Amino acid sequence: MKMTKREYMAYVGDTMPKSPHAANLLRAFITGGLICCVGQGLANMFYYFNLSIDDASAATSVVLIGAASLLTGLDLYGAIGKFGGAGSLVPITGFANSIVSAALEFKSEGFVLGMCAKMFTLAGPVLVFGFSASVIYGLILFFSGVR
Amino acid sequence: MNNKTIVLRSTPGIIGAASFAGKKEGEGPLAAKFDVILDDAKYLEKTWEKAESKIQYDAYQTAVKKAELNEADIDCIISGDLLNQCIASTFAHRDSDTPYLGLYGACSTFAEGILIGALMVNAGYINHTAACVSSHFCTAERQFRTPLEYGAQRTPTAQWTVTGAGCAIIGTRRENAPFITAATIGAIKDGGITDANNMGAAMAPAAFETIYTHMKNTGTSPKDYDMIATGDLGHVGARLLRELFEMEGISLENRLFDCGCEIFDSNTQDTHAGGSGAACSAVVFCAHIVEEIKKRNLKRVLFAGTGALQSVLSVQQKESIPAICHLIELSV
Repeated sequence: MKMTKREYMAYVGDTMPKSPHAANLLRAFITGGLICCVGQGLANMFYYFNLSIDDASAATSVVLIGAASLLTGLDLYGAIGKFGGAGSLVPITGFANSIVSAALEFKSEGFVLGMCAKMFTLAGPVLVFGFSASVIYGLILFFSGVR
Repeated sequence: MNNKTIVLRSTPGIIGAASFAGKKEGEGPLAAKFDVILDDAKYLEKTWEKAESKIQYDAYQTAVKKAELNEADIDCIISGDLLNQCIASTFAHRDSDTPYLGLYGACSTFAEGILIGALMVNAGYINHTAACVSSHFCTAERQFRTPLEYGAQRTPTAQWTVTGAGCAIIGTRRENAPFITAATIGAIKDGGITDANNMGAAMAPAAFETIYTHMKNTGTSPKDYDMIATGDLGHVGARLLRELFEMEGISLENRLFDCGCEIFDSNTQDTHAGGSGAACSAVVFCAHIVEEIKKRNLKRVLFAGTGALQSVLSVQQKESIPAICHLIELSV
């Protein structure tokens, strides 16, 4: 090969087929928007049935997580993810999918070391960043004296 | 460059070949040619890994039968797959009394197995070797990528791991069996590619070096061959290989036949850049190439198995992907 490694890398970078970013963005917007609309509809419904705003939000999360988990188990969430990309990955449904898909995948390695241990292989970073952010937020609240 | 091409004077042949293909592969353009198409990806086993082992073992038995031999006639099994520690292969043959050599050459393992087997037969040490490989979409996804039900998008350069197994029996010269006339052992080449979803680009430089070396050593050009078959470069890698040859002023014309491009119909099967996996080149070789040589539709063929030698760890550690290509030359 006449090209150096650097030249080859540049050549490959220039000639590779690219992901269809515009179409992906649109699909993500539609999918993510739909999931959020469903969530808002659920929250309004729970509020209508006399739940407090906090309880209605919690109930909405529970229903969305349950629905996404069920769809994952029925092998349907993969198709939504393929279409929606980040639109189905970012909402809480994507978080549920990452945990349930891993739990299903690794059950063949046993209940404790397979399913339970590997359940968080994809969701782990989300938890770490979520916990870290809440600790920092708490510290800021504590030291700023805002109650 | 010190790669040598080995000429096999006693021309060992492929005296039997079997291909087991998964359901998706069985819906592709080569469907009619496979020995067995599996309806159930789990092959009635409890785990994907057990299924892959069973598929490899059954392909091995079928190949032995097609060579009109018994298992006791096989002097050595040479096999490999993509799983950690090659358990699909070792577990497939664990109840066998046949001497066993395990190989890892990623998706080039099949060509590597045939090459080593042919050298052993050519040297007269043994009479019959079986070269087997397997891969499985579901075992590969969970080891290299994400859980099956995880909703994610694949990039345009990503390839689809072939579910299946191929086995070729290499034996002393027989009428009408494709003969292995020469072989070139490839060196590891690293083009600096770090994207594990672009194995075609990682493997193209290795394919180029081995095929170019072979032609240089044998004083041949693409015109001398009816087919130059590559393992699983896919649409991206095959295009790059063509371009690398064009930069040397050599046109591969319509000789280039990439198993990764041919096993699926990328327009209808949603396989993006094509097929990959150790079984990709193996099932295409056993089902299509061997048969076409037997029918004399192809008279002189290069078969170059290509492999990307990364691991999950090496990719996470941001290492570039080394690749390899081993080549055997076949003729009627």
